[in-house]
Amino acid sequence: MNARVKRRNLVVEGLAQIGDAGLFLPTLLAAMPRSLRYFREIVRQIWFTGAMSLIIIMTCGLFVGMVLALQLYHVLEIFGGTASTGTVVALSVYRELGPVVTALLFAGRAGTSITAEIGLMRATDQLSAMEMMAVDPVAYVVTPRFIAGIIAMPLLCCVFSAMAIFGGHLVGVTWLGIDNGTFWSNMTSNVEVWKDVIDGVIWKGLAFGTVVTLISVHQGYTTPPTSEGVAYATTRTVVASSIAILALDFVLTAFMM
Amino acid sequence: MTQRRSYAVGTGLFIVLGFAALAYLATQTTSLVNVRHGDSYTLKARFTNIGQLKDRAPVKLAGVRIGSVQSIQLEPQKLDALVTLSIDKRFNQIPEDSSASVLTSGLLGDQYIGIQPGGSPDSFKNGDEVILTQSAVQLEDLIGKFLVNGSPGDKDKKKP
Amino acid sequence: MTDAIASPDSAPTGDALVRVRGLTTRFSGRTVFDGLDLDIPRGKITAIMGPSGTGKTTLLKHITGQTPADAGELLVDGEDVAKLSREGLFKLRERVGYLFQNSALLTDFDVFENVAFPLRQHTRLPEELIRDIVLNKLQAVGLRGASRLMPSELSGGMARRVALARAIVFDPMLILYDEPFVGLDPIALNQVLKLIRTLNETLGITSVLVAHELAAIQQIADRVVLIANGKVVASGDPKEIANDGSPWTRQFFGGEPDGPVPFHYPAGDYAAELGLGETA
Repeated sequence: MNARVKRRNLVVEGLAQIGDAGLFLPTLLAAMPRSLRYFREIVRQIWFTGAMSLIIIMTCGLFVGMVLALQLYHVLEIFGGTASTGTVVALSVYRELGPVVTALLFAGRAGTSITAEIGLMRATDQLSAMEMMAVDPVAYVVTPRFIAGIIAMPLLCCVFSAMAIFGGHLVGVTWLGIDNGTFWSNMTSNVEVWKDVIDGVIWKGLAFGTVVTLISVHQGYTTPPTSEGVAYATTRTVVASSIAILALDFVLTAFMM
Repeated sequence: MTQRRSYAVGTGLFIVLGFAALAYLATQTTSLVNVRHGDSYTLKARFTNIGQLKDRAPVKLAGVRIGSVQSIQLEPQKLDALVTLSIDKRFNQIPEDSSASVLTSGLLGDQYIGIQPGGSPDSFKNGDEVILTQSAVQLEDLIGKFLVNGSPGDKDKKKP
Repeated sequence: MTDAIASPDSAPTGDALVRVRGLTTRFSGRTVFDGLDLDIPRGKITAIMGPSGTGKTTLLKHITGQTPADAGELLVDGEDVAKLSREGLFKLRERVGYLFQNSALLTDFDVFENVAFPLRQHTRLPEELIRDIVLNKLQAVGLRGASRLMPSELSGGMARRVALARAIVFDPMLILYDEPFVGLDPIALNQVLKLIRTLNETLGITSVLVAHELAAIQQIADRVVLIANGKVVASGDPKEIANDGSPWTRQFFGGEPDGPVPFHYPAGDYAAELGLGETA
């Protein structure tokens, strides 16, 4: 009985969070023209959210590509189709794994730090101090991070995917001995620029970037101003982002098919 | 101020890296590789049925890709499909009595245009038409033929 | 720069820089202010005191328009804060300094950039002029030598002085101090105390002080206002207010645990809650 009440509260609270974050979006969009004044701040935030995530994104991209090639090679071997290893690696990375894994890593690396940063600024009255100095904290603190996240995510997706292809090539060609020419020609005759690279990497990357950063800034901005509140908000950023990414991925895939 | 500039430089590098990765993905790992091949010349071919042939499908000679399908149009008068092929300039010695057919890679794969070389000493020139063509074989037709003529069981049943 | 400061005789409200009439505020059912009337005289140091939870910080936030009141009128330099647009509010805030309880320095920037922050946001001054103004303000609070330290490297007293330098960077007409002495050792406390008085005397800045330290307040304040139960219950000279005879001042300044502010949070009958007397 107690558990059921708790579960219902979770559902209600989850819905409330979605609604809240959705309502936060118009505020952000309204502040966007004003935050273009803080161009430097946007640049700085792209550095923190994007460039600082590069190492984890590149490493994970490489390993995802390698493990994919290894698994697929042995499955495709059964059907005598090892030549299409490169194709399947590329398609699965461009369409699904690239954007999804990048977004999950992005939520863990950049999203949490956005939430914690804004939450701490809230807890230490820095946001109120800006208000008092006649500086709009949404335009100065929140929106630059939002814009930076939207810009950084697709770029990170591209880097991740490129590293995955590299990793797939490393395992497929260098280790397992697929012919180099076969690997590439099979891939190039089956992968489409618009349908796979642009629709997958770019559009999904943009959509996930928007959702993850929106959740992160919203959680940070509405944090209860205590250290407990900040810790809780950070956790919620990861949980909410992960669910949002995977659910949205299904919807987007269904629409793109 | 110097601190701020170093962010700007780093961010610039990051954005350049991202776009470089995108350019790599788009041009090196997709069918763009095949579109991109420098100079080319065009040939035309008419088919009564092109099946599932699509734009940018490969054109192959002896299994080697030599170009791609540039456009597919319906000729209103003759009611057949006019396919424009873009052939790489390197392959400019295809005999002008060669034939073109719509083929399928594997049993259910994508369709492409195969060129069967002829014996003429003259080669195709830009804008020429391939006279000898063979349309796509429809899987449905094959199955239909098989059901009507091929099944011995049917004939046995009809006899008594 | 100095144009931003209103000349004292431009005010239609006469002597009072901040004029509060019938201010009423409720937070989730609890009444914070119940028809509060208050005048804050121009060019003086006014201390606002009261038991914890009487909404002293809320009052400061009403003055700056950060949280709107439910009813009543609040004029700052003749402008009704509740009726100001966002732009008007921002214009007003450029002339009001606010010192936060925990200093609220921006952790991303060093001391110099923290003080320069309002200048960079609202003006297009050349770099040399910004440097001159910032160093001048830091010199005033005695921290010119610390201009390249990060906020995390400062002690509580130093952070508060930096925040003060930031609050006066536009030479405001009014500074609101939210508990400026909390958590300071006696030396730092006296440094802040001296600064508040110097700023008031040399620049003629009207100061509003929310604090609990009666001894410190008696040294600098021109007037003390005691707020309890959403109303002003006593006001007057800091040295005499403790003896005005009302039960509020007796409890508050005498530090008695029980009185008009009860020791017990409102509760039902103790015996009943323990289940005694109901068993029969």
